[in-house]
Amino acid sequence: MPGSSPLSLDDVSLLLVWTAIAIYALAFVAYAIDLARRSAMAVEVKDRELVGAAASGRTTIGQVREQERAAEAALNAPPSQRPRLMWARIGTSLTVLGFLFHLGGDVTRGIAAGRVPWSNMYEFSLTGTLLIVAVYLAVLFRYDLRFLGTFITGLVVVLLGGATLAFYVEIVPLMDPLKSVWLVIHVFVASLATALFALAFGLSVLQLMQARRERKAVAAAEGEAVKAGPGFLRTLPSAEALESLAYRFAILGFIFWTFTLIAGSIWANDAWGRYWGFDTKEVWTFVIWVLYAGYIHARATRGWRGSRSAWLSIIGFTAVIFNFTIVNMFFKGLHAYSGLS
Amino acid sequence: MSRRSSDDVAVDPLRPSDHMDSTDEVTQPALGFVGWMRWGWRQLTSMRTALVLLLLLAIAAVPGSLVPQRSADPNGVTQWQVDNPDLYPVLEFFKLFDVYSSPWFSAIYILLFVSLIGCVIPRTKHHWKAMRALPPRTPARLERLDAHRTEVVELAADADAAADAEAAIGLAERQLKKAGYRVQRYDSRGSFSVSAERGYLRETGNLVFHGALIGVLLAVGIGGGLTYTGQSVIIEGRSFVNTLLDYNSFNPGRFVDSDQLTPYSLTLDRFDVTYVPSGEQGGGQAGDFAANLTTQLAGEQPQEGVVRVNHPLDIAGDRVYLMGNGYAPTLTIRNADGDVVFSESVPFLPQDTQMTSLGVVKVPDGMPEQLGLVGFFYPTQVQRADGAYASSYPALINPVVTLEVYQGDLGIDDGTPRSVYTLDTGDMDKIAGRGVDEAPTIELAPGEEADLPNGLGTITFENEAPASTEGYDGSVKRYVSLSVHRDVGAPWVLAFALLALAGLLAALFIPRRRMWVRATPSGHTLQLTYAGLARGEDPTLDAAVDQVAQRHAVQLDDVLSARGGASTGKVD
Ligand code: HEM
Repeated sequence: MPGSSPLSLDDVSLLLVWTAIAIYALAFVAYAIDLARRSAMAVEVKDRELVGAAASGRTTIGQVREQERAAEAALNAPPSQRPRLMWARIGTSLTVLGFLFHLGGDVTRGIAAGRVPWSNMYEFSLTGTLLIVAVYLAVLFRYDLRFLGTFITGLVVVLLGGATLAFYVEIVPLMDPLKSVWLVIHVFVASLATALFALAFGLSVLQLMQARRERKAVAAAEGEAVKAGPGFLRTLPSAEALESLAYRFAILGFIFWTFTLIAGSIWANDAWGRYWGFDTKEVWTFVIWVLYAGYIHARATRGWRGSRSAWLSIIGFTAVIFNFTIVNMFFKGLHAYSGLS
Repeated sequence: MSRRSSDDVAVDPLRPSDHMDSTDEVTQPALGFVGWMRWGWRQLTSMRTALVLLLLLAIAAVPGSLVPQRSADPNGVTQWQVDNPDLYPVLEFFKLFDVYSSPWFSAIYILLFVSLIGCVIPRTKHHWKAMRALPPRTPARLERLDAHRTEVVELAADADAAADAEAAIGLAERQLKKAGYRVQRYDSRGSFSVSAERGYLRETGNLVFHGALIGVLLAVGIGGGLTYTGQSVIIEGRSFVNTLLDYNSFNPGRFVDSDQLTPYSLTLDRFDVTYVPSGEQGGGQAGDFAANLTTQLAGEQPQEGVVRVNHPLDIAGDRVYLMGNGYAPTLTIRNADGDVVFSESVPFLPQDTQMTSLGVVKVPDGMPEQLGLVGFFYPTQVQRADGAYASSYPALINPVVTLEVYQGDLGIDDGTPRSVYTLDTGDMDKIAGRGVDEAPTIELAPGEEADLPNGLGTITFENEAPASTEGYDGSVKRYVSLSVHRDVGAPWVLAFALLALAGLLAALFIPRRRMWVRATPSGHTLQLTYAGLARGEDPTLDAAVDQVAQRHAVQLDDVLSARGGASTGKVD
């Protein structure tokens, strides 16, 4: 950046992005405190119940189910009737604030470049993480997923912070192959799919933790005393409810990913003269598509529903992140648009 | 969440026996050959096998992204062989340089598609029947279903309870029908009910999706055989004729008749490109490539056409792509007698983004011995600190060509095909260039002439710009490399892919559900039960049952009072 000249629009953009990262980091802290407080709250409630029950100090599967039912009702409650979790509210407010700065950073970058702000690695990260936050905030209107807040803000801080440190490039004119409407459509839809897969991933992880807790509780009922994972799990819905929610996001993501694949092929046919050539990036997009098709199948296959299918969702998202980072940076291929040298 | 209960759930739609929704346990194989075959087929077409094959397919696709593939990157494979001479044969044995046409990769996807066909055909048959069948009988105990609601309606004292019940069900039937359900009445003496089903399109969508995948595979396979691609280089002012002769390389599919190409010609009138001025962000970056062509189909008027990146030119069912470009310095060589023995624009291959380019000239005749020249072309020549030349900008600011001269046997007389871009110096001696004391490397700017060593003659770097031009603009001709493709399968692949997408949307988002409403009269009350059953994922089933009940309640009063037997409110 030229030191003497006044702030360019791109500098402003960068400033906004760093501000957004700082605010997301604060939101992460607030959400983390919320989870910790949920544990404490859950313990209090349990203690109160147990005084009357004079129980042994262990959680039975019955109690677990009771907690889960309450949590599931809370999950589906409209925003006005949600439990008043102060720190979760602070977390969400900060996330919204961070999102506004983030949006500002993204839009100014686009204006400064005179094109859509998703044409190199830095810009993909900028817009991709923006969509992750946008999808998360939009979903909050329908489901109370604030327990995913730490995951979402943490992920965004890492991805956006890492990208700004490692991938930032100054604005250069677009290379010819990128001058296409398909850049606008294909990359945008891929980012949208990624955001949905991220949500599904977070829920699948929680599903596995919750399933473990349920198993432990069943075992505990048979006399084993065990600690069953972090306390905040007590305020989360059942593994099954988490699974079906994860599935809903995954299938939406899958639809968008299918579209990404088709749009990418149309573009490849215009740019390179073939719609499919097993270029590295194409291979990974295909692998991810097949993995999620596998996940959808697993959900409908006896013996695979539940934890096994959750692992497929986790592997799928790992492949998405791998495709975006490692494949872009280190694999040789025609998709040489990271803008890094 | 999918809710399963009652016994008729598994009956249709027919799904593989280990589908979540089916109730029949995987059965033991009946003994005997036919039994085993049937068992094997059942295994192959089970959900578990499909899943395992899908995961295998995902894993099997990965190595092709780690190791260069012959189809996408043949030079990468050669380079890999040079770098890892010991490992190369091992990987070659496992076809790791041709993963996507290897037997093991093919085995996986062929099995998967056999499984798919084995899965789709019986389900299609079954679905066809199911779409014609009536909604099933109302289950005896609707309260056993997960999603249900019961209302009790108080009737007027003089009401005919049975007739009111019938009217209530009549209303429910009309409402469900309007909401897109297929309905069937099941009335018996003591109770009246309507059974309704909707969302057949979900299973249709699923079958269309899986069927379209088969379509994609077929279109790719058959289309591949009818496809050809060919590459050609055209220098400004020259033409290309669409015959096998004029292609530098040509890859026909299995069913392509290479002698039957559509006759047309392309003439490169001008190649345009713009470069970001040096000093700016991204200085030297090239863009706005455009090959301006005159196209001529046999027996028609010539037309103008442009080929750009992302915008191929369509001609006679072929598509013409711009794959590369470069400089083609025009060189003239005269022998000692002053006769022209060579005069051509020679395409030089770009080596870097500043268009430092490498080219070869071969002079087979007219000289005492055959001559070969290897040259570099620098559009903007600069001297680096170590003395070597480089190009600092891709446009013609300070164009220079440097040439080393070899004399001897070009090795082309016996008909061995040689690339025009490489010189085999095995049987030749260097007579000018680095390391030759008497004759250093020849250096020429456009319009300049130099002597060849040993009094062999002269070489001229022709200036192609019109005489009045200032600077070196246009002094060197440009060439483009074009790729001509015919791919009759592609539109079909796209059509099937879009069909798959449409099927997928239906399969994932249309709820398939059954709904029942039953009215049981008893004395002066009417007990109304509403119940729903999801077929597959249906997160909104509860809400749907509530909605049916609510709509029904809203109009029920009117219906009943119209009959004269006004109800007097409800008790739950
Ligand atoms: C080329 C390989 C395959 C792919 C990419 C694939 C993909 C999918 C996808 C994306 C879905 C979810 C959408 C829907 O419900 O229609 C699905 C569902 C389904 N697939 Fe496949 N499939 C493949 C092969 C098979 C095979 C071989 C079978 C037979 C065993 C099969 C049976 C099913 C069934 C029964 C469902 C419905 C699942 C449910 O009830 O939710 N699929 N498949």
